[in-house]
Amino acid sequence: MQFKSQAVAKPYFIAAIGLFVGQILFGLIIGLQYVIGDFLFPAIPFNVARMVHTNLLIVWLLFGFMGGAYYMIPEEAETELFSPKLALAMFWIFLVAGAATIVGYLAVPYATLAKLTGNGILETMGREFLEQPLPTKLGIVVVALAFLFNITLTVLKGKKTSISMVLLVGLWGLAVFFLFSFYNPVNVVVDKFFWWWTVHLWVEGVWELILGAFLAFVLIKTTGVDREVIEKWLYVIVTLTLITGIIGTGHHYYWIGTPEYWQWWGSIFSALEPIPFFAMTVFAFNMVNRRRREHPNKAAVLWALGTGVMAFLGAGVWGFLHTLAPVNYYTHGTQITAAHGHMAFYGAYAMVVLMMISYAMPILRGRAANSGKAQVLEMWSFWLMTTAIVFITLFLTAAGILQVWLQRASDTPLPFMAAQEKIALFYWMREWTGVVFLIGLIIYIASFFVGGKEEKAA
Amino acid sequence: MSGAFTKSMARNIFYGGTVFFFLLFLALSFDTHSQLPKRDMRANITPQIAEGKKLWEENNCIGCHTLMGEGAYFAPELGNVVVRYGEEGTKAFIQSRPKEGIPGRRSMPQFNFTDEQLNAIVAFLKHVNSINDANWPPNIQG
Repeated sequence: MQFKSQAVAKPYFIAAIGLFVGQILFGLIIGLQYVIGDFLFPAIPFNVARMVHTNLLIVWLLFGFMGGAYYMIPEEAETELFSPKLALAMFWIFLVAGAATIVGYLAVPYATLAKLTGNGILETMGREFLEQPLPTKLGIVVVALAFLFNITLTVLKGKKTSISMVLLVGLWGLAVFFLFSFYNPVNVVVDKFFWWWTVHLWVEGVWELILGAFLAFVLIKTTGVDREVIEKWLYVIVTLTLITGIIGTGHHYYWIGTPEYWQWWGSIFSALEPIPFFAMTVFAFNMVNRRRREHPNKAAVLWALGTGVMAFLGAGVWGFLHTLAPVNYYTHGTQITAAHGHMAFYGAYAMVVLMMISYAMPILRGRAANSGKAQVLEMWSFWLMTTAIVFITLFLTAAGILQVWLQRASDTPLPFMAAQEKIALFYWMREWTGVVFLIGLIIYIASFFVGGKEEKAA
Repeated sequence: MSGAFTKSMARNIFYGGTVFFFLLFLALSFDTHSQLPKRDMRANITPQIAEGKKLWEENNCIGCHTLMGEGAYFAPELGNVVVRYGEEGTKAFIQSRPKEGIPGRRSMPQFNFTDEQLNAIVAFLKHVNSINDANWPPNIQG
């Protein structure tokens, strides 16, 4: 690697992969609970296992974002990280706080956890994805601020590239919009309104800037295409992201008590949200086709192309599928939403973090790229996990269409549980596909331990 | 994308576009909040409803259920449950959940709520049902 301090990224990446494994194991648990309702009940009820599944996802992605930024920023700014020690200290704080939170979820009933952690002082818990106890939320703020301080000062003392600037806007946005997780008014409509300022403005807003910056960085490194070209693309993509995505928040304001005009604003702007993802796909393929060098790390290029395609399919196409208000009236809160969530998160965010790890980890381990053998294994894991998520999404979509039909569109609507039983076959297929995903993940981890003839460090 | 369209133009459009659309979003949000009192029935929120919301949150109900369509998709929508089951029926359902679950089936945990807590939860759910949410869900099954 070019700068010694980039090495702090390594523990972040390792932790991200470890937590990713936990996320998938709990995903398999809740997938099984969908069809064997009393599996692990009452020891680990569905809500607890789901919370572990989603929170681990968020935390491992944050580890990946931070690791990616610590790796990328010194290289972009052409200077050592402002404080590698602070970065390492924050790593341990975040890991311990994260682990303690998960243990808390699993060890005591959620209501007890709320009492123990002072939810009475400031009620922030019990809202989807923001279930973390108050001390954890405060810990996230501390870690995020220390991280931003570190990264920002590094950029300020070094070269300020467009990629760094886009990443900084994304990361600062991430921190600022997280603050809305502390606002929980007793008025449930206002609560939900601002809940989306964290959730939507993260995943359909500022996180896409982080995605774009990482993608642009890896494309520059692996294709050798002129920085000016790549950075221009990046600006166009993130512009499209924010001008569609900010007002696109409106697609969450159809049925929660907010005025009906959001059905127009939300439908029109969120219908445009696939465009930046499509641009990202075109961008990735275009740059790889115009490459000026053959980078030895073929696996990283595969992840880069993959994240473009899968983000477009998962976030773009599957988002569009149910974003228009007249469609969403029937699909809102069904398995269609779950289908979209799975492919969008995997395609846009899991894959971009895996791309960063794929590119950076060999260099952090002192070589330009892994051995051919290790890369072949990694590419197998790419195809297994990606194919699995495609089929998980297709099965959940089928389940969702049937659910909408049976429970909402038919002349004799069935009760929720009656409809669930009729679509159980699709939940079984999803579960088995989840096992394939896990196999892919195990192969992915195995690829780190395969030797062979490695490409020497540049 | 080459020639006349330069990187600094792209950058300016990015910052300008972002600021413009964020301000537009703020304006729409501001307007929404001026309209909300007529729709969210805030005048009716009692301490009991507030307590119900707290219980809703501290027991992570959203981890299985949806409320106005948001949440997990493992258990039924509760925004209209007071219409589907009635207030007494809703309370009876929560109270009667077997501690060890139901063999092979999904079951809600037994939360051992007091009568007062049950009343608060139902008051909260009744309040949610009264919110003008553009006629969602499509039917009583949620």
